Amino acid sequence: MKRFLVALILVISCFVLQTTVFQWISFGGIVPNILIILTSTYGFMRGDKTGLILGLFSGLLVDIFFGSFIGFNALLYMYIGYLNGKFHKVFYEEDIKLPIILFVCSDLLYGFLYYIIMFLLRGRFEFSFYFTNIILPELVYTILSSLLFYPLFLLLHKWLDKKDDRRGMRYV
Amino acid sequence: MSPLVPRKGERFTIPGKYLLFILTIVCISLIVVSFNTDALSKPISTVGGFLVTPLQNGISKAGSFLANRKDNLDTIEKLQEENQKLRSQIDELTIENIQLQQDKYELNSLRQLFELDATYESFDKIGARIIAKDSGNWFHSFVINKGSLDGIEIDMNVMAGTGLVGRISDVGPHWAKVLSIIDDNSNVSGMVLATSDNLVVSGNLKLYEDGVISFDKLVDSGDRVSEGDKIVTSNISDKFLPGILIGYISNINKNSNNLTKSGLISPAVDFEHLEDVLVITRRKVNSEEQDQ
Repeated sequence: MKRFLVALILVISCFVLQTTVFQWISFGGIVPNILIILTSTYGFMRGDKTGLILGLFSGLLVDIFFGSFIGFNALLYMYIGYLNGKFHKVFYEEDIKLPIILFVCSDLLYGFLYYIIMFLLRGRFEFSFYFTNIILPELVYTILSSLLFYPLFLLLHKWLDKKDDRRGMRYV
Repeated sequence: MSPLVPRKGERFTIPGKYLLFILTIVCISLIVVSFNTDALSKPISTVGGFLVTPLQNGISKAGSFLANRKDNLDTIEKLQEENQKLRSQIDELTIENIQLQQDKYELNSLRQLFELDATYESFDKIGARIIAKDSGNWFHSFVINKGSLDGIEIDMNVMAGTGLVGRISDVGPHWAKVLSIIDDNSNVSGMVLATSDNLVVSGNLKLYEDGVISFDKLVDSGDRVSEGDKIVTSNISDKFLPGILIGYISNINKNSNNLTKSGLISPAVDFEHLEDVLVITRRKVNSEEQDQ
């Protein structure tokens, strides 16, 4: 229950941050995508099911406010959460390389799919333009901000784990 | 044993891939439903608005305060430089102003003559503040802090200063989503003010970097339209009220079919630094009903 509440608060606060505060610190109109970081982090830290559900909620939130139809972002984020969850077994808290690689892949995947479905299918073929002007800057900015946000999520994760250990809820 | 059937004493859980499969179907059906109807938008937007909008409202206020402070410090030097330039400009402008005032008297008398008072001073407007912008980088829609309880409805036109910003595309009790005219999937039916030629103004993500939007389908067989001409919303648009300024033509080309022209428009609104907007509470559909 506590984990659920923490996740809910995280999703909402990340979304609010991304739509308000980050708009003020954007470089050339590009905003980092910390919802991807959150979804991906929950995926490889807590397994595919958690990642999937968290992704679904993050995506739904984006859809409700900014999507042209409901469910599309939810679908994308859900799959990203699920795929990241597949790396749960090879994830160690001390290792920073895997999370970064996963963030890069997740954001790239999101960018590519978004371009294909929302732009390519409407006849906007200049992929190189969209890649260098939207996907790549967003990727760089997202990775930079992940260096700030990932340790926070990791701390929170460790703290929750410790609480469960103390109450003897783990390994039962 | 099938993974869906629990063993005795075990908690019932669905394996990840089944959950993924089920939720994928749910999402796809949501997409289909919301694409074809707007049955979903009301309940969902109410819930979302209840949870998130108050937070966005507060934070964007604080955020804009901080950003303004930062900008203040950054720009003091620039301002001093600009101040000098502006002083010299004032002189030029005073001279120009006198001329313009003369023109204005002429315009006023002409207007009375033709009984043209359908300019937008007559529209009822509500002021609103932008509280959130699109979370991704692909589209340019934003959320304002007034909603259906303040009298805002879908398809109402949104302006800033004298120019058109967009229209309301979604509305909750205390928030509304604005689809701006620079958004990549926005199309507005416009008109050249001088010659009354119709054209279609469409937003384009690629052109957005240069601060312009594109237009197309301008039939101008007499070659009367030129750069700098004013573009306003046209009478035949079904969403936009007629006569709202969109921008000025900055570039015009002949299409390869030799029948129509296309080109670029610099919008009248500075979309980079948009903070407050005005929502016109008169809808095109309503006003037609009223007229009849």
